Amino acid sequence: MDLTFILFLLFGTIMTIASVLVITTRNPVHAALFLVLAFFNASGVWMLLHAEFLAIALILVYVGAVMVLFLFVVMMLDINIERLRQGFWSYLPLGLVVAAVMVFEMAVVVGGKYFTIEAMPAPAAAAGVSNTKSLAWLLFTDYVYPFEIASFVLLVAMLAAVALTLRHRTGNKAIDPSEQIKVKREDRVRVVSMASERHD
Amino acid sequence: MLSLSHVLILSAILFAISVVGIFLNRKNLIILLMAIELMLLSVNMNFVAFSHFMGDRSGQLFVFFILTVAAAESAIGLAILVALFRNLRSIHVDDLDNLKG
Repeated sequence: MDLTFILFLLFGTIMTIASVLVITTRNPVHAALFLVLAFFNASGVWMLLHAEFLAIALILVYVGAVMVLFLFVVMMLDINIERLRQGFWSYLPLGLVVAAVMVFEMAVVVGGKYFTIEAMPAPAAAAGVSNTKSLAWLLFTDYVYPFEIASFVLLVAMLAAVALTLRHRTGNKAIDPSEQIKVKREDRVRVVSMASERHD
Repeated sequence: MLSLSHVLILSAILFAISVVGIFLNRKNLIILLMAIELMLLSVNMNFVAFSHFMGDRSGQLFVFFILTVAAAESAIGLAILVALFRNLRSIHVDDLDNLKG
């Protein structure tokens, strides 16, 4: 019952309670904030597992960017909570049964003898090489293609997000150059033949 | 002593909570997206646990990529939500019935 295990139990308990509150609370802003709490505790667990870079990356990137984005969107939307919560508790029995079956099955598999502390001992901390350095070694040598593809994924996501929500300003007199060049004489000039008249 | 089983069971509990979240919040688009984030968090926890106990850093690298893709997916999902809300003024799933026969 060393300090690592006690901290793991503390982080795990708070994370579980925060997750339950995410899915049951009425106010979506509260749900987003409880999700932030869950991520903070997950980051604590990852630090206990000697994954410092990922723990900090989770807080900087996930909490600091993605969850802030969630909060922006949730606060911008004017949501009618009453209608959204109709029939909320009617699916709880089935959901609880499914969740209990899933947790029981997974616990039976992962609680077995192949994953205990004797079968998979905790490795000694590698001396001299920080977690960030060893990750960087791997990332830029063995995994450099997925790294480049990940950057493309982010670029495409950024373009897609802008394109989906772009609104053009009304009354904007900007012209499309290709449309302007495509114009032919027949579109602009019409020759009409009429009899000559005399007006004095 | 902290063993692999403990972290995997925690990850399984998180996954189950997120599945219950999808069951309960079937009408609310925002909470559905948050439940998906919880699911991704539980899978990441799995990867980090295995990476630690097997001494292989590739697990943590894969979490890196999952984080990237999850961030991209959240951004696009929320952009769709915002565009939807502008047109429908609602995030109720039942209001998305334009293609209904």
